[in-house]
Amino acid sequence: MDFEFTEEQRTFKEEVRAFLAQRVPSERQEVFGSEYEGQYQFGREIASELAQRRWLAVGWPTVHGGGGKGPIEQAIFNEQMGYGMVPRTGTTGLGFVGPALMVFGSPEQQAQYLQPIAAAQVEYCQGFSEPNVGSDLASLELRADRDGDEYVLNGSKMFTSYAFNADYMYLLARTDRQAAKHRGISMFIADMKAPGISLRPLPYISGAMAAQTNFDNVRVPATALIGEENRGWYHAMTTLDFERSGLERYGRTRRAFDDFVHFCKSTRFNGQTISDRPSVRRKLAELKVAFDVWSLLCWNVAWLQSTGAIPNAEASVAFLHGTERRLEFAQAAMEILGPYGTLRDDSKWAPMRGTIEGIHRESMHLHGAGTSEIHRNIIAQRGLGLPR
Amino acid sequence: MDLGLSEHQILLGRTAREFLESECPISLIREWEEKQSGCSADLWQKMAELGWFGLDIPQEYAGEGGNLFDQTVLFEEIGRAMVPGPLLATSAYAVRAILSAGNTKQKTLLLPGMAKGETTVTSFLAGEALNNGEALGLRATIDGQGYLLDGTLLFVPWADSSDSILCVAGSLGQTESTVYLTIFLVDTTSAGLTLTAMPSIGGYQQHEVRFRQVRVGADAALGTVGSAATHLVPAQEWATVLQCADILGRSEKILEMVVEYSKNRVQFGRPIGSFQAVQHQCADLRTAVDGARMATYHAAWKLDKGGNSGSKATEEVSVAKAYAGSLSRRATATGHGIFAGIAFTVEHDMQLYTMRSKIAEANLGDTEHHLEQLAQSMGL
Repeated sequence: MDFEFTEEQRTFKEEVRAFLAQRVPSERQEVFGSEYEGQYQFGREIASELAQRRWLAVGWPTVHGGGGKGPIEQAIFNEQMGYGMVPRTGTTGLGFVGPALMVFGSPEQQAQYLQPIAAAQVEYCQGFSEPNVGSDLASLELRADRDGDEYVLNGSKMFTSYAFNADYMYLLARTDRQAAKHRGISMFIADMKAPGISLRPLPYISGAMAAQTNFDNVRVPATALIGEENRGWYHAMTTLDFERSGLERYGRTRRAFDDFVHFCKSTRFNGQTISDRPSVRRKLAELKVAFDVWSLLCWNVAWLQSTGAIPNAEASVAFLHGTERRLEFAQAAMEILGPYGTLRDDSKWAPMRGTIEGIHRESMHLHGAGTSEIHRNIIAQRGLGLPR
Repeated sequence: MDLGLSEHQILLGRTAREFLESECPISLIREWEEKQSGCSADLWQKMAELGWFGLDIPQEYAGEGGNLFDQTVLFEEIGRAMVPGPLLATSAYAVRAILSAGNTKQKTLLLPGMAKGETTVTSFLAGEALNNGEALGLRATIDGQGYLLDGTLLFVPWADSSDSILCVAGSLGQTESTVYLTIFLVDTTSAGLTLTAMPSIGGYQQHEVRFRQVRVGADAALGTVGSAATHLVPAQEWATVLQCADILGRSEKILEMVVEYSKNRVQFGRPIGSFQAVQHQCADLRTAVDGARMATYHAAWKLDKGGNSGSKATEEVSVAKAYAGSLSRRATATGHGIFAGIAFTVEHDMQLYTMRSKIAEANLGDTEHHLEQLAQSMGL
């Protein structure tokens, strides 16, 4: 048993931290719940600099443009990006598309798509959910009909984060309507500039801009099929298990918590330091326990990955714990701040420049990579063997 | 980073589980609870032969020379099987205190017998009183070459099945306001010492120990006058990690019992484990078990890493115990919720787990205590 990084990993962590601290000063860091002017562009610049250092995809093989290290280094990097509140771009490509291509992509596809992802030259979005399809993802309806050397896509995708900046969408589409629902799905990469794609803006309460993506006779070449036809569901489920340590989300939430603890210790309210209130004291100590455990659960996933395992129930455990503790923190902090907590960051009275109000909105994201109920199903059925 | 157990630890855990499943079945737990006794002398001896009591005692004192992590793996199994008796008090708290405070003569005299299971030393788990001498119920006054002990200690575990008690007594300094806390080792058969049972849940034996002019020699003191906290705070942290392991093992057993039952219990024509309402309770318990395992292992690893340089894991230990407390509450509530009516009966095993879980939760600082420790270390 050893919870410690190697000397080399410690050095790497410190290098990343120092670089980000210098390159992303507090006025250019992300703010919870809103986006500043030029944030996306700045994020792309940073990503490109990180890619030049081979840090962005540090866990990828060098042949694909990565750093040739492993899941632990990738997790170290991701946690620092989160804690540093670094404007993030390219995460879908790095987290999902790349790993899927490495397992299921042809050598030609790997050569075509992977380098640009690792070099921060492309933005991907994900096309899984649809207007009528959420947790029961395998019932998706968007059609891909074979026509010569092409597939023709018709239908609609929902909750397309990053849609307006994306160059490509990796998506699931139905290629066999006769087969059982899990067995008629294929995975594709579609060019977002292809004729027939239209976007309906779908702003999120977190401040991010997403879209509903409509496909009207969109043609993609047959070479854009990833893996086997009609095996897309299984490819996607395996892919979802990759980028699962969740340390970036932990990092940014921990940052807000640490800042909030500092705020409570250094701010007087109604003639009393906030953290002197017994109920506040107790809640902050409880949250520290929850956050420390959250971190350990994330590292457990990263470590399992580093052994070559594909954590599944373990990843859902970490994710579920994180989702719930983030909500608990946001709600507790809002309660502690009272009416001040409801002020937006453009109010001069907003505590911590609206951080808590922002993370409170972000914490309503209770559905990342599956709703909390789906994660509980995974833990119960795949982790504990309870009957479906 | 390597978050897996070593082969040696896996083997230790597996051997312990197999041994306890055959030698310490739940039927015996019931029998011992009815008799209000610890485990049988036979089982005690066999555990000693397996080297369990000397796991963390150096080889020069006839122990196994292991570390806290090895003991953590073992105590998961002890918690799972709910072996009754002063295992934690003697093999963890007392051993650590003696190793830290005892002189060579005392160590040579005590530790080999403890490793072999021939000598049992229970411990007064001083807890808060270490920080507040006034709160301590035992006073020491100098009497010739030795001391006289007067007062009362409460919640001394398994005192009547132990040979001696490792306890803390306060003596007044030259300025009457200062209380010096010192460790003493007192035979349970000493003249003037009386034990009164404090009937508790789950067959847990604890005693009110009354000292009336109990005369002890100078060699009964461990460490220098006033040094109790120096030695006992690390011993307490060590034992607290093992208490977490005990809770972890038992809670995981509860999870297994509940999952097994959910797969087989049919209502509305289906196993109840196919209902999401049941699945999700199991999933939440699994999440808590995994979290507690990580927190406990983290604290054990950190304390081992600190080695003899003294305690460096105060925060990690408090995180582990506070979280183990919440795990313990969740496990018992989930067990009773899913087993439902049948678990409300004495004949069902669930209640055996519930009562012992509650004892463990209160032992060595409850959740409240450890949250307060953390609040202080966070500078709140």
